[in-house]
Amino acid sequence: MSIDKHLVRKASLEKLFAVLKLQGKTMYAPLLRNGKISYEITGNFADVTIEFIQTTQSAKVAAFPRTEKLFNYTKDKEGVSVKDFDPNSIPETVVWGVHPCDAGGISPLSAIFNWDYKDNLYNTRLERITVIGFSCNKADEYCFCTSVGGNPGGVAGNDILFTKLGDSSDYLAEIVTDKGKALVNAAPELFEAAQDVEKEKYLADVPNRFNREDIKGKMEAFFESEVWAEQSMRCLGCGACAYVCPTCACFDIQDEIHGKNGMRVRCWDSCGFSMFTMHTSGHNPRDIQSQRWRQRLMHKFSYMPDRLSVYGCTGCGRCSRACPVDMNILEHLISMQEIKK
Amino acid sequence: MDELRNRAKELLESNTVQLIIGFEQGNGNKTRAVFIEKPENTSKLIFDSRCVQNLAVYLTKNEVKRKGKPAIVAPVPVLRSIIQLAAENQLTYASLVILGITPESKLVEFSTLEDIETYLDNFTLELEAKEKEILEKIDKMSPEERWKFWINELSPCFKCYACRAACPLCYCTRCTVDDNQPQWIPVPSHELGNLEWHIMRAMHLAGRCTDCGACADACPIAIPLNLLTKKMREDMKGQFGEVKASLKGGNMMSTFKPDDKENFIL
Repeated sequence: MSIDKHLVRKASLEKLFAVLKLQGKTMYAPLLRNGKISYEITGNFADVTIEFIQTTQSAKVAAFPRTEKLFNYTKDKEGVSVKDFDPNSIPETVVWGVHPCDAGGISPLSAIFNWDYKDNLYNTRLERITVIGFSCNKADEYCFCTSVGGNPGGVAGNDILFTKLGDSSDYLAEIVTDKGKALVNAAPELFEAAQDVEKEKYLADVPNRFNREDIKGKMEAFFESEVWAEQSMRCLGCGACAYVCPTCACFDIQDEIHGKNGMRVRCWDSCGFSMFTMHTSGHNPRDIQSQRWRQRLMHKFSYMPDRLSVYGCTGCGRCSRACPVDMNILEHLISMQEIKK
Repeated sequence: MDELRNRAKELLESNTVQLIIGFEQGNGNKTRAVFIEKPENTSKLIFDSRCVQNLAVYLTKNEVKRKGKPAIVAPVPVLRSIIQLAAENQLTYASLVILGITPESKLVEFSTLEDIETYLDNFTLELEAKEKEILEKIDKMSPEERWKFWINELSPCFKCYACRAACPLCYCTRCTVDDNQPQWIPVPSHELGNLEWHIMRAMHLAGRCTDCGACADACPIAIPLNLLTKKMREDMKGQFGEVKASLKGGNMMSTFKPDDKENFIL
């Protein structure tokens, strides 16, 4: 569909938030806590932060919660009865205030959750999510969206994308999808006729740092290289990078047992953990951290484009910012370009 | 700095060690761990007030051990961890070279682990005013308020286990949280799962934690988790006297002495 454009005043944002809240939508928005920003459910616009380069955690939590119930079960004399989690109980949700690199994570996430098995829970959550994005007007040294097919004003994945028009308190609103249109229809008075604006002028400058197809080729050619160990010696093997990533989708299935009742849940997991590939025999095919680090990069830059036709990195830089030991994905990708052995 | 670089270079050239574990300049204003195997690369070594990661965490990693005998750049918090690791039979004096760094950033070397212990007696661990204030505030809370405080602080935890990974004393190859038959701690990062994980982590560090702060520094979402370990140190101080890493005498919470106070047992 063609993208409708409107002008929205700053004061109208709060009104729009209130209208959506009144409609009963669950509102995920960036909230500040202990100096870090993450997407949490809130009803209070005053608590919402919009001025940031990037949140610590990604907005994937709305479509892929860190823990979600799959079913309940009860054991009795007759046997076991199972009650599936009812996807109809998933509320209509708005994810407010994502940047294009987060909205861009929806496509790789969806590819994973629909690879062969169509994941009903993920798909239902996503169906009920409306994404309200904000273009980036500033970036930092961790950002590299333009090197991985994105851009600071990219509309992909957004239902409505706002771009702040410089120091004025006006926003350009691009209505990207039918879901976006539905939101406009909920409060049409807030969406004024658009003036002719040159959007690019208001976007952050994110220089292109590498060619991802080249990197893909290098990684595949140098699978056995020492470079992986050199890069990852200091890696502690925690899951911070995976858990803040907008596209990491690995999970673990666990049972929560309470006597004769129980619940099966899906929890986030990370290929950085040593236990991730541990076999019941005790053998671990990814025995050392360098193999796990290689897996993380290969999965995003080789396996996903090969199998799912989509790269698994949106260049948001969250993993580098969150890493306690300065494992910097951009630095490592750039160094891959130079790799000779 | 030159002193450190020269000594590191000498150690590699003479093949006294095969690896230097130290700090280098990282991205932006960050510093980070560096692993140097070639004498010519020792010029990368730096040390300044930004170098706060506890490098002792690498001493027990297989990837590092496979490189041969290491020398480690060790400011006071790292020295404390080294003593605790030695007390727990995870290393010996002969297994590494310790490049001690004084608070004035001068190189200091020791001829025995006992010498390090004596040196560490110069530095007592005291709570900072701000830490004291918050611990007192928590102490004054009613049980309900305290419960609410911790649930609120711990609820954003997504169990990336960076706290565990950054701690030199969390060296178990298999952590209790990774056991699932039986499962001791709920795996999901829900309220109960988070609470049980952090209480278990703190309890396993009781009497062992050297208060380096690596856990809280590593937390990507800035949960003040070292408040738990700090509080435990304070409580133990009150019950048993000074808490410090010690080569003799074992860990406070796993050692019985006939003259231990027993008035907490009903």
